[in-house]
Amino acid sequence: MCLAVPGRILETEERGGARVARVQFGGIVREAHLDFVPEAAVGDYVMVHVGFAISMVDREEAERTYRLLEAMGLLAGEGLDGPGADVAPE
Amino acid sequence: MRYVDEYRDERIARALVADIARRVTRPWVLMEICGGQTHTLMRYGVDELLPREVELVHGPGCPVCVTPLEIIDKAVAIASRPEVTFVSYGDMLRVPGSGSDLFRVKAGGGDVRVAYSPMEAVRLARAHPDRQVVFFGIGFETTAPANAMAVWQARREGLANFSMLASHVLVPPALELLLRSPRNRVQGFIGPGHVCTVMGYRQYEDLSRTFHVPIVVGGFEPVDLLEAIAMLVAQLEEGRAEAENQYVRSVSYEGNLPAQRILEEVFEVCDRKWRGVGLVPRSGLRLRPAFAAHDAETRFGVETTSADEPAECRSAEVLQGLVRPTDCPAFGGRCTPENPLGAPMVSAEGACAAYYRYRRHAAGP
Ligand code: SF4
Repeated sequence: MCLAVPGRILETEERGGARVARVQFGGIVREAHLDFVPEAAVGDYVMVHVGFAISMVDREEAERTYRLLEAMGLLAGEGLDGPGADVAPE
Repeated sequence: MRYVDEYRDERIARALVADIARRVTRPWVLMEICGGQTHTLMRYGVDELLPREVELVHGPGCPVCVTPLEIIDKAVAIASRPEVTFVSYGDMLRVPGSGSDLFRVKAGGGDVRVAYSPMEAVRLARAHPDRQVVFFGIGFETTAPANAMAVWQARREGLANFSMLASHVLVPPALELLLRSPRNRVQGFIGPGHVCTVMGYRQYEDLSRTFHVPIVVGGFEPVDLLEAIAMLVAQLEEGRAEAENQYVRSVSYEGNLPAQRILEEVFEVCDRKWRGVGLVPRSGLRLRPAFAAHDAETRFGVETTSADEPAECRSAEVLQGLVRPTDCPAFGGRCTPENPLGAPMVSAEGACAAYYRYRRHAAGP
C-alpha cells in the first residue's frame, strides 16, 4: 500500500492549475501529479505513489551502497547474477 | 529498471549478508514496520539469508490490515446505496467486514470501482454530476497527502457530489504502543521508508531517544533492507540507539514539506481504532471541519456500530509481531487469500498473505 516506484519524467504539462507529468517506469508510462515536488523537471527521477510524486530520487545517494561495498572490496571476485526480478506490482 | 534493479543485485546482497554475519555476536530481534518491506523480505527470502542470530518479526504497517471492521462495514453500507459510485484502492475489496465485503457489493450489482489514484475519483465526480462519488481514503502518511489533495481539489472545484470516507492511520503512535507493551521483544526497528519520505524522520529520532531503541529508516528493495539490517546490527553490537537513514535517495530529515502542508490543511489528528490492535490514541487523521461538506460519514449518516473480529483470527498478535502467521491454527486451512478470515491474509502486504504466497506453508522457523 505504501509502495512508491521510481520513474523518469518524460514531459510535464499544466492542467487546471496543477502540474502533471508523464512518467516512465521500465516499460510502462503513467501520469503523476507534481504538486509535492514543484522543482521536478523533465529527466528527473521521482518516486511515485498513488498518482503523486512524493520525492525526487537523489542520484548521488542512489550510487552510495554500491560504491561503499566496492571500496570495502566486498564485490570483488563474485560472479555476477543479473537482476532478473520484474518490477514490483503497485 | 533504474533505481530498482541495482538494488536487487545478488552480489551486493551477498556482500551485505557477509557483513552482517561478521558483525553479529549474539541474538537480536528486529522488526520491519511496513508491510511493503515484509513483502520484499518474504518474496526474496531475505530472512533466510540472515545469520540465525538475527530474528525478524513483522510489524503493523499494512493500512489495509489495520482498517477497523466498523469502517469496512460503513464502506459496505455506503457502497450499497443506489446513488453511490464507490471508489477504492483495489486491496480493500476483499477485506471482510462483519457481514459482507465490497467485492460482494460489486458482485451484487453495486457501483464499486477500483482506482490507482484518488484523482480518478475526482475525475469521476466531475464527469458524473448526477452520481454521488465516494472515495475510500485509507492509508498511512505516505498515502494521506494524495487523498488530502483529492478532497482539496474537489472543494476548489465545488464538486458537491464528491466525498471521502477517511480512515487514515499514523505510524509513530502505533510504534509507541508497541514499545510500551510489556510483551515487546523488539530491539531494533527498520523504519518505514515511504512514510518518512513524506514525514521525514524527526519523530523517529524522538522515539529512538525516548525508548533507547535503534531505528534505521529503510527502503523497499532487498539491498535496502539488508543494509538497514546491517546498520541496526552495528548499532546494537556497539550499544548505540540512534535514528539513522539508510534510504537517503528518497528520505530527508524534514521530509516533503508541500505534502505535509496539504495534510495539515485538510486533516486533523484523532484517536483511531486499529484492527487487531485496538484504540490507539492520536493515531488517526480525519477531515477538518472546513472540509465537512466532503465527509462521507456525515453525508450518508452511517451509524457507528462496534463489531467483533472472528474469534479464531490471531491478527492482533500477528500485527504486533508476537506470533508468526504460521502459528495461527487457521493459517492456510480455514484462512487463505481466496477465503480470508482476517485482513492480514487479504493485502499482498499483510504478513499472513506474504507467508502464504511465498512458500511459508509449513511451520515457520
Ligand atoms: S492466518 Fe488468517 S485467521 Fe490467522 S491470523 Fe492470519 S488472517 Fe487471521
